Amino acid sequence: MTSIIADLPPDPILERRQQIQSLASRSIGRRSLVSKTVLISLVVGLVIAVIPLVTVIAALIGKGARFIGWQFLTGLPHLPSLVHLNDVGGIRNAIVATLVIDLLAGLAAIPVGVIVGLYLASTASRTSNALRTIVEMMIGMPSILLGVFAYEYLVTRMKSYSGLAAIVALSILMVPVIAKAAELAFRSVPTNLREAALALGARESRVARKVVIPTALPGVITGVLLAFARAVGETAPILLVVGPTVSTIFNSNPMHPMTPLPLLIYGYSFSEYPSQRAAAWGVALTLVFIVVALTTASRFISTRMRRERRS
Amino acid sequence: MPIVVDADRPAQGPDVAERIHRSATSDRPFRYTLRAVAALFGAVVVLFAWSIVKTAWPAIRTYGFHLVTGSTWVAGGGPYGALPLIVDTLSTTCIALLFAIPVGLATALSLQFIVPQRLRAPSASLVELLAAVPSVVYGLWGIAVMVPFFIKTLEPFLSHVTGGHWPFSGPQQGFSILLAGVVLAIMILPTIVAVSRDVLATVPTDLIEGALSLGATRSQVLLRVVLPSARTGILGAIALGTGRALGETIAVAMVIGSNAQIPHSLFSSGATLASVIAVEFGNSVGTEGGALAALALMLMIITGAVNFGARALTRRAGAHA
Repeated sequence: MTSIIADLPPDPILERRQQIQSLASRSIGRRSLVSKTVLISLVVGLVIAVIPLVTVIAALIGKGARFIGWQFLTGLPHLPSLVHLNDVGGIRNAIVATLVIDLLAGLAAIPVGVIVGLYLASTASRTSNALRTIVEMMIGMPSILLGVFAYEYLVTRMKSYSGLAAIVALSILMVPVIAKAAELAFRSVPTNLREAALALGARESRVARKVVIPTALPGVITGVLLAFARAVGETAPILLVVGPTVSTIFNSNPMHPMTPLPLLIYGYSFSEYPSQRAAAWGVALTLVFIVVALTTASRFISTRMRRERRS
Repeated sequence: MPIVVDADRPAQGPDVAERIHRSATSDRPFRYTLRAVAALFGAVVVLFAWSIVKTAWPAIRTYGFHLVTGSTWVAGGGPYGALPLIVDTLSTTCIALLFAIPVGLATALSLQFIVPQRLRAPSASLVELLAAVPSVVYGLWGIAVMVPFFIKTLEPFLSHVTGGHWPFSGPQQGFSILLAGVVLAIMILPTIVAVSRDVLATVPTDLIEGALSLGATRSQVLLRVVLPSARTGILGAIALGTGRALGETIAVAMVIGSNAQIPHSLFSSGATLASVIAVEFGNSVGTEGGALAALALMLMIITGAVNFGARALTRRAGAHA
């Protein structure tokens, strides 16, 4: 006896269908599992990236916060004595040295950087392309090389370490950072604004002064602040040229040796006095505070600028 | 609008023509100023490169190719062979890349595609904050926090787990190329994250949506569509990070142990091209200044080449977008 069903020809793709169905149901589970695992591990990567920041900040605050105070910031440094083993004084000379050196370096670098940026944004020639390459290469140049340069040109000639040599090294470091940011800012000035001003008969210099620079100002300021943030924290270029890594002499004259904040951290961290090694954290917290303030200000300005442009 | 003709005023024909002529010609000072300042900066950069070549020249003439291939570097009196320094520079950079590439790419992908929109900006600024910490502070942190951690915990652990086999062999002293590599990884992370995020943002949405509509899972989209199409730019980001790692000076000088030797293991102390210049330049005498300038020249050439490549790669990625 044969059943009717058995007599029917078998569904030619039934087996294939079942195969696909079972494959698909197995694979959807596997694929969503794999997908979730991958996504979670990517987020774990983000968490790992933040861990060092947390530990650095924890160490800075944990070891440095107790130093921060009026006396530390404005007092003069002195070596720990037998009577006052833990008293290393303040860091006024390092703060003044940092201010003098970085402000003067900025004073030299800002006009040059802005004009180079204006040149790069307004000229399209082989020369300007070459200069753009130079600017971008200088941004990535190891900063210690600027120290070697400043040593050869200033320290050997003046026969003395000086704030001036640091000013020269840091201003060369700042110019390309400012120039790059300024070029981008100038390029983002709408062409119709510039053309309208030109059509009204304004000269190029007047257009630059009255239209391009004011419109691009937030972008330029962002670049200047970033350049300051970089220069304030740099140690390598000034290490070779500026002066002793630990100093108790107060000097605000850049023609003489100075000891700015980053150099003092370097000096204190290798000091033979435990109290100075501890104080390195107070100096570091001060420096990080300055740099983070500059960076945050520049971010604030650039996001506000973006928002204004959108509206 | 009717055209108002001011009949009271005399015709200004010749005057206008003259003014147009004047405005066309008198803008020269402006353009000359731009060019002069740009040329000044170019000249300073050339002077900078030239001064390093000039300072290095006596050493190059005396020691020749031995400066690059010599396998011993002794501060003070020589011999000046930079091979150990080059090996240490490359190994610390490789260690840094080994950590920074996976973590950096994962961070960039999470920030761009996974983290909820509201949390994106704050987490991105946290990562960028890593770049705001000055190099010397990482060095201080390395000495005061990481060296004790390496000596007490990490190095004994690694050597225990691996049975003390190479590359986890040798004395455990904290100051090591491994620590220098880890500190470098932290320092180049923000660079890699920021540049790769910019590149990932340029991946066309059509590609992503196309893959999703074909039934690809989110991880497949990220790993098989987004990453490959952003390949060039990500390579550029990695190259930029490499350039930073090769040239980073102070943080490395503080944690690497300043010992010019070819490393025996990850726990060996070492010295990189940049760290030797930082540590020795101040008290160099006689011919050593020239030899150190020769190291500076090598560093300039190596980082220059790497950064040039990075620039070409990121440019190309930008052009394709």
